[in-house]
Amino acid sequence: MQRFTSALFLLGLGVLIAAIFRNMDLAASTPIVGDAINAAAAQQVGAANFVTSVVLGYRGFDTLMELTILFTAATAGGLVLGKPRGDARPDPEAGLVLRAGADLFFPLLLVVGLYIILHGHLTPGGGFQGGVILAVAFFLPLLARPGTPMSHRAVSLIEGLAGASFIVIGLLAMPEGQAFLTPLLDKGQLGSLLSAGSLPLLYIAVGLKVGSELAGLLAQLAATEASD
Amino acid sequence: MDTIIILYTGAFGLIFIGIAGIVLSRHLVRIIFAIGLLEAGANLLLLLATWRDGASAPIIVGGRVPALMADPVPQALVLTAIVIGVGILALALSLALRVQHAWGTLDMRAIRLRLEEEIDDAAGIEPPTSADAPAPRPTAPATREGGA
Amino acid sequence: MDWLTLIIVVVMLASAVAVLLLKDFLAALAAFSVVSLGLSVLFVIVRAPDVAMTEAAIGAGLGSLLFALALRRLGLWRARDRG
Repeated sequence: MQRFTSALFLLGLGVLIAAIFRNMDLAASTPIVGDAINAAAAQQVGAANFVTSVVLGYRGFDTLMELTILFTAATAGGLVLGKPRGDARPDPEAGLVLRAGADLFFPLLLVVGLYIILHGHLTPGGGFQGGVILAVAFFLPLLARPGTPMSHRAVSLIEGLAGASFIVIGLLAMPEGQAFLTPLLDKGQLGSLLSAGSLPLLYIAVGLKVGSELAGLLAQLAATEASD
Repeated sequence: MDTIIILYTGAFGLIFIGIAGIVLSRHLVRIIFAIGLLEAGANLLLLLATWRDGASAPIIVGGRVPALMADPVPQALVLTAIVIGVGILALALSLALRVQHAWGTLDMRAIRLRLEEEIDDAAGIEPPTSADAPAPRPTAPATREGGA
Repeated sequence: MDWLTLIIVVVMLASAVAVLLLKDFLAALAAFSVVSLGLSVLFVIVRAPDVAMTEAAIGAGLGSLLFALALRRLGLWRARDRG
């Protein structure tokens, strides 16, 4: 009976999705907004990477909300996981290969993450991708030496400061009568590192916030007691 | 065969496999895996909505502006969707950890039984003699105890 | 480009099925990473390098790391005692 119901459900789902597939107008779209942004973004925002222009310039408020969602998810995860028991035995220290690898890769990952964050307005990449690499860079030593925990105070301090600076940069545009999160500062030469106004600053804030949030979440997930 | 049809097949295939996995799986971790698959398919579908053959990436390299560029709007949407997706996965996994900690099982059938028991307990309802037996009709005389 | 797309889509869908069918959760996690990596190559093919980078770093990297940590804590981290 169970198998019959499953097969019937799969058949129905398959027919439904096939019908949607058949009736869809494949490859016949004219991206009106996208073409307008592609034509205007280089002058209006000044970032060579138009995706960054959309993420932080045209849809900056949306990105702020997204950071809020990520923060909520990380906080809820931390609440659900709870504090690790005090008497739980920490994991033993890892072997030579992992310890040496962690020491070797920590500075490299740090440099790569910061590079990706700082060049977010010129090349593919940005605060989210670089922030994840930073989080992994700070999680790697914890994996090699579980006895020395990450400083949760420092992590939450960085996280709070980064989130606050994102909002403050957004608010700075308002006294001059412009909308929240309007790009400020000089646009500079298109394609140079110091260009696109305040967008790189926003991406640094995003990167630090995402990195510290995810590093804290990873540390908490790793520190929860094992269920035997 | 067109490239676009292959790509759409991939997107719809991932969505199909994801929904089927969510509905048919019995293990909680397997359901979370299926949510990840469904999310991947949805991201690909969203990105394909404005795909044009022969367009180049929406990035200016060396001051040379390409004639036809891909639409940056769905790309920005998908970029944020991926980040949110990982946050949701983390939350779901930590909830699964709590479920195992509290009830010692990750089997959906056992979890559903425990859930119904706890809800009944909290509401003060007598547990039925069998979960599979049909509820007795109010007008019918008392039926025999315990169905098949 | 067609044959490359076709190969990647086939591999991706096959590993997506494998995620649901493999008994061993560690193997399912590996198949899940294959899906994410294939997806990031597809994002490059549709000219979205930003999204491809995000998927490779976050979907394939961090997502798998989260799953691996959770599997370890759930006691499902057993590679070979399932026969």
